[in-house]
Amino acid sequence: MAFVDLKDICVSYDGKTNVLEGLNLQINEGELVSLLGPSGCGKTTTLRVVAGYIDTKSGDFLVGGQNYTKIPVHKRNFGIVFQSYALFPHLTVFENVAFGLKMRKMDKATIEQKVNNMLEICGLTEYKDRLPKQMSGGQRQRVALARALVIEPKLLLLDEPLSNLDAKLRIQMRVEIKRLQKKLGITTIFVTHDQEECFSISDRVAIMNGGVIEQYDTPENIYAKPKTEFVARFIGFENFISVDRQDDGTYKALDYIFKCDNSDLKQAKITIRPDDILIVDEASNLNSISGTIQVRTFLGKSYQYEVSTPIGNLIVNGDGNKVYETGETLHLYLPENKIVLV
Amino acid sequence: MRRYKGLTIFAILVFAFLFIPLLIIAVTAFGSEPTISFPIKGFSLEWFGKALSSESFRKAFILSIQIAFLATILALIIGIPAAYALSRYSVKGRKFIKSFFLSPTIVPGIVVGYALFQFVVIKLKMPVFEGLLLGHFLVVLPYIIRVVGGSLEQFDYSIEEVAWSLGCNKFLAFFKVVLPNISSGIISAFLLAFINSFNNIPVSMFLSGPGITTLPASLMSYVEYNYDPTVSAVSVLLMLATIIIMFIVEKTLGISALAK
Repeated sequence: MAFVDLKDICVSYDGKTNVLEGLNLQINEGELVSLLGPSGCGKTTTLRVVAGYIDTKSGDFLVGGQNYTKIPVHKRNFGIVFQSYALFPHLTVFENVAFGLKMRKMDKATIEQKVNNMLEICGLTEYKDRLPKQMSGGQRQRVALARALVIEPKLLLLDEPLSNLDAKLRIQMRVEIKRLQKKLGITTIFVTHDQEECFSISDRVAIMNGGVIEQYDTPENIYAKPKTEFVARFIGFENFISVDRQDDGTYKALDYIFKCDNSDLKQAKITIRPDDILIVDEASNLNSISGTIQVRTFLGKSYQYEVSTPIGNLIVNGDGNKVYETGETLHLYLPENKIVLV
Repeated sequence: MRRYKGLTIFAILVFAFLFIPLLIIAVTAFGSEPTISFPIKGFSLEWFGKALSSESFRKAFILSIQIAFLATILALIIGIPAAYALSRYSVKGRKFIKSFFLSPTIVPGIVVGYALFQFVVIKLKMPVFEGLLLGHFLVVLPYIIRVVGGSLEQFDYSIEEVAWSLGCNKFLAFFKVVLPNISSGIISAFLLAFINSFNNIPVSMFLSGPGITTLPASLMSYVEYNYDPTVSAVSVLLMLATIIIMFIVEKTLGISALAK
């Protein structure tokens, strides 16, 4: 049985429209699960339901078999880190981290030992007497993390904790978070809108849209096999072509035949990443199409072409070896194992 | 710099207009003639002695301080939770409530005073001290709610939410996390409310009773019948007190704490 279990959670702010529509999510002990989606998809709402800041309209939320739906925030023992870090501005780093332990009425010596230990793990020992405003973004981030971890929480909840950091620090911090999470074995829910960040850190990813989870799987599976058009678009697929299934299992758009892996979908769309389309010398009659270049954009490592074909415009990334001019005719090959049906 | 010459002259004129009357008052307090006159003909400290030894001024001063202090404390006790609720929760009719709390600062003081007089004195027949306290409480409450509300607007409520998650219940979190972070707002609200109550004339005039009156109100009635420099002396003493208080505030908090 899953450690964390969200069952048919419905949430509504105004009593009429649901922000979450019967959301189900299972998380195993020690797992790091990300909620990924565009803004307004309900990922933060889900996290706030788990944290206990929002009451649910219906549904149950279980942790370790115990029903947490009605337990107030301060009795849940979950650690939380917000995007704004939300450090207590009037307390030093040490006092910030010690706050949760003091609330638990631990004796002074234990608090001191636990806090110092956590500061050490997070590399903050030398800053322990500073106030939050005297620290940089990355350091504040670590204080927020230390403060959430020191109470030995059942769950660690991270609400876009890296969004306010610059690119380099963000990568450093996400490795740090992953390291701490694995070391302490804390079940973690991570909310983000950044796909790369999410894939690099998570054991499993739940992609959300409009208050429901569209796909919940490992990052590898989601990257290779998105199940819906929304997921495919969100993780970088382009070139959506409507196709009809033929009797022999191939798919047809106009007169072009496409063969692709496994599917019983009758009417569907095929999709492929711009990187996966190959530019070939000659068109064949399977998985191939020709067209003229409409727009050429420089991407850095190669050029991207928008190719106008009879079945619609396709976005293709060149491989960098050869550069084509606008107006030129390109022959494109869509490899069977790279095409995804949605 | 030449472009701003006109503006500089203008600014000097404005300041002169503001400060010269105060200066004249201060000078007249040291005059030796029995009526306020400027320039003074001789130097005397007689009026200060008279002001300090006047039983009615001393009683009025103590009453003013008492009323201002108690009314402000009461308004803080009621106003801080009210401001918190208004900014934290989407209370129904929040806009209406906000403008309602602002209304005593918009409605002319004399109207507020008269309304309170009708209600507190005529209808409720409240004792004078309690009546004055209630009146001043109502006058200063809007200042508290506005100023504390202003600093709560700057407050990041996720800080409070983190405190909950760390095992703090809502009540405790308010005292441990919210209050310490709006303390400068509370101090400015306190000073603003205190000064407003201390200076208030219209409400005090209506609610004062025989022998129980606030300092500004008793100064008012004193000048109606007397024209000696005692009033000037009291004014000088008040100005001095204000300067000393502002100096202490500046040294301990910084004057910017009041402007926040």
